Amino acid sequence: MIRRNIQLNEQGRLRHFLTIEGLKRQMLVDILDTAESLSGVTDQTVKKVPLLRGKTIVNLFFEASTRTRTTFELAAKRLSADVLNLNISASATKKGETLLDTLNNLQAMHCDMFVVRHADSGAAHFIANHVAPHISVINAGDGSHAHPTQAMLDMFTIRRHKGDFYPLSVAIVGDIMHSRVARSQIHALTTLGVTEVRVVGPKTLMPKDVESLGVHVFHSLDEGLRDVDVVIMLRLQNERMQGELLPSEHEYYQLYGLTNERLKLAKPDAIVMHPGPINRGVEIESSVADGSRSVILQQVTHGIAVRMAVMSTCLGSHADGGAA
Amino acid sequence: MRILIKHGHVIDPANNVDQTTNVYVADGKIAAVADSLDGFTPDQEIDASKQLVCPGLVDLSARLREPGLEHKATIESETKAAAAAGITSLVTPPDTNPIIDTPAVAKLIRKTTQDSGYCKVYSLGAATQGLSGEHLSEMAALKAAGCVGISNALTPIKNPLIMRRVMEYAATFDLTLFLFSEDPSLRHFGCVHEGSISTRLGLPGIPEAAETVAVARDLALIADTGVRAHFCHISTAKALQMIARAQFEGLPVSVDVAAHQLYLTDMDIGEFDSQCHVRPPLRGQRDMQGLRDGVRNGSISAICSDHQPHEADAKLNPFIETAPGISALETLLPLSLRFTDETGMDLSAVIARLTIEPARIIGIDAGNLSQGASADITIIDPEHYWKVAPENLLSRGHNTPFLDWDMKGRVNYTLLAGNPVFSRA
Repeated sequence: MIRRNIQLNEQGRLRHFLTIEGLKRQMLVDILDTAESLSGVTDQTVKKVPLLRGKTIVNLFFEASTRTRTTFELAAKRLSADVLNLNISASATKKGETLLDTLNNLQAMHCDMFVVRHADSGAAHFIANHVAPHISVINAGDGSHAHPTQAMLDMFTIRRHKGDFYPLSVAIVGDIMHSRVARSQIHALTTLGVTEVRVVGPKTLMPKDVESLGVHVFHSLDEGLRDVDVVIMLRLQNERMQGELLPSEHEYYQLYGLTNERLKLAKPDAIVMHPGPINRGVEIESSVADGSRSVILQQVTHGIAVRMAVMSTCLGSHADGGAA
Repeated sequence: MRILIKHGHVIDPANNVDQTTNVYVADGKIAAVADSLDGFTPDQEIDASKQLVCPGLVDLSARLREPGLEHKATIESETKAAAAAGITSLVTPPDTNPIIDTPAVAKLIRKTTQDSGYCKVYSLGAATQGLSGEHLSEMAALKAAGCVGISNALTPIKNPLIMRRVMEYAATFDLTLFLFSEDPSLRHFGCVHEGSISTRLGLPGIPEAAETVAVARDLALIADTGVRAHFCHISTAKALQMIARAQFEGLPVSVDVAAHQLYLTDMDIGEFDSQCHVRPPLRGQRDMQGLRDGVRNGSISAICSDHQPHEADAKLNPFIETAPGISALETLLPLSLRFTDETGMDLSAVIARLTIEPARIIGIDAGNLSQGASADITIIDPEHYWKVAPENLLSRGHNTPFLDWDMKGRVNYTLLAGNPVFSRA
C-alpha cells in the first residue's frame, strides 16, 4: 500500500508543514528564498503584506510557549491574516474533551490554518489527518518528534552566515533524546546536504540508534566541536527529565557547557546557535551567549520571516489546487 | 443429531491425520474420522470437498471486554466473532472489571458464555488480589470455579518475593502460571519498540531489555519453584532464545506468539499509525524473524490472537494517548495459513499450533478429532480471498492494522459440540 505524503497536496505542493522528513531539498530552499524576500517586510515602516488577507489562522497551543506563539502571531499579522490564539492546556482537555472534539469545534468556526503545539509526538500528524481538506496544519512542536519551523529558521540563519550548506560541519549539543528541535535540524541539515552532522552528549541523552538519522555521535564535547562551522546548543529541558538522566547541572556544565575556551576548538568563524530559551551557566556560558559568535537573537528575528514563508507557502498551495 | 462431513481435507495433528476423508459426528461427539462408517445414517451432510476440516481453534488470549467494558465489546459479540473465525475454545485473561480474582466473577463469565453458546470460554484467574501484585489470590477456589490457569495479566508483579510466592502457591495446586513478562521500570513511559523508529518519531521506546530482564527473572524463579509456566505473546528474539534454552534444559515452560507479531514490525507504525499500537510493541525485523523461526522449530508451540477489541474513539488520538491492542480474532486463521504459504511450513504443523498445542497448554480436551471428543470442528475454504474491512468483521472492534489486507482462507462452518454455531450460508 503506497500512501501519499500527508504534507503534500495532489499537485505535490506543500499543504501541511509537519516535519522536514520526507521533503525535497528544493522545497526547503524555496521556503528559505521566500523567507529572504519576506524579511524585507519586517524592515519597512508599514510591516504588512496582503498575502493572506481574509484568512483566519488559529494558534492552537496545548503546551505553554511564549516565543514560538508570538512569532507565529506576528508572522500571521504581517501577512494580514486574522489570528486567534488559543491556549488549550488548561481548558478543554482538562474537562475531558478529546483532541478531536476540540478540533471539530474549531473547524466549525471556518478557519484556514491551525498552528499546533502539543506535548505528544505525532499530534500534528493526527490533526492533519482529521482536518477538512481546505485547512492547513503547521507543526509548532509535537512532543519529541518535530519542530520544523524552528529548524527552518535555523537553516535560514546558517545560510545568511555561511552561504552554502555543502561544506559545513554542524555540531548539535545536548539533550538529543527529548529534542524535537534536534530531530528537525538533523533532517533539514542532511536534506540540504551539509558535509557532517554531529550530535554530542552523554549516552543518557542520546536516543537509540540515532546514527540511523545520518549523524555521527560524540560523547566528548571537545572532540565534537573540533573544526565545526556551526555549533547548536540545545536547552537542557529540565521539565522533560522523567528519570535519572544526569547527576547534576554542575557536572553537565563541566562536560557539555559551551565556554569561550571550548569554542576555540571550532573553526575561527564558527557561529553559535540556540533555539532558546537559554539556561546560562547550564548549557552555555553567558559570555558565549552574548558574544560576537552568537547568532541567538538573529534566530528569533528570522523566525518571523521564515514562519511567514511557511504560512504563505502552505495556504498558497490551496489556491493552486483550486481548493481555496 | 448425526452429521457427516464428507470428502474434506481433514487435518487433525493430534492423531496424525492429514488426508481427504470423512468426519462422522453423533450426539455432539466425534464418532469417527474414516472413509466409511457402517450403520451411520446422517441427519445432515456437509460437503467439504476442497475444504479443510480441522479441530476448532483454541485461542490462548482473547479479551471479550465483558464484564466492565461493554462499550468496547460483549461476550456475545466476541464469541460470535470467534465462531466465525473457527475458534471454539478461547482463554480470557483476568483483567476484566470486576477482576477475575473471586470464584463469583469466574462463574459469572462462564454462565454468560454458556448462555450465548458460540464458543467455550476459559478464564484465567488473577494471580494476586485485584491484580495488585501484592496479595495472593484464592487460587484453589479459582481453580475449583473452572479457571484453567492464573495470571496477573498486563500488570507486572514487581516484587520478586511476591512472584516467588505466587509460583509456589500455584504449583501447589498444579496451576499453570501465564506470564506477561515486561519489566515496568524499563518500560517506563514507552509505547513503541526502542530503536531507530522510536528515535525518528520521538516516541518513548520500550527497550528489548524490558522483556529480557523480566523473562530472565521469571525463568530463574520458575527453576526455583518448579511451577508450570506459559509466557504469553513474547515479542523479542532474545527472550525467545532464553526460553528455548530453558525448555532444552527441561524447564516446564511454553510460549506463544500473537499472529500479528509474525507479520508486522515497528516499521509498520509509519507516520504514527495507532492501529500498530500494541503491547508488547511491534519489534524489529530481526525479532520478527526470530519469532517466525520459533514457530517453525517448535519452541513457540502456540499462535494466539491476543484479541483486544476497542471502540473507534480509543484509537483516535495522538499515538501515545491511544489504547494499545488489535481486534484479532478474525485474522488469526488467515494469518496462520499465510504463514505456511510464506515459509513452506507444513500446514498440519501450523494447525497444531492453533489447536492441540494450545489445548495442551491449558490442559483441556480440545483441539483434536479423536473418537469420543467433543465435536468442535471448523471447515475452511483455504483458497477463498477476502479483504479485511469493517463490514467483513463480526467483532465489535474494528481496530486492526490489517485493514485492506487481502486474506486467503475463510471459515465456512463451525461446529461446537456438534452444533453449527457458524455457517456462511
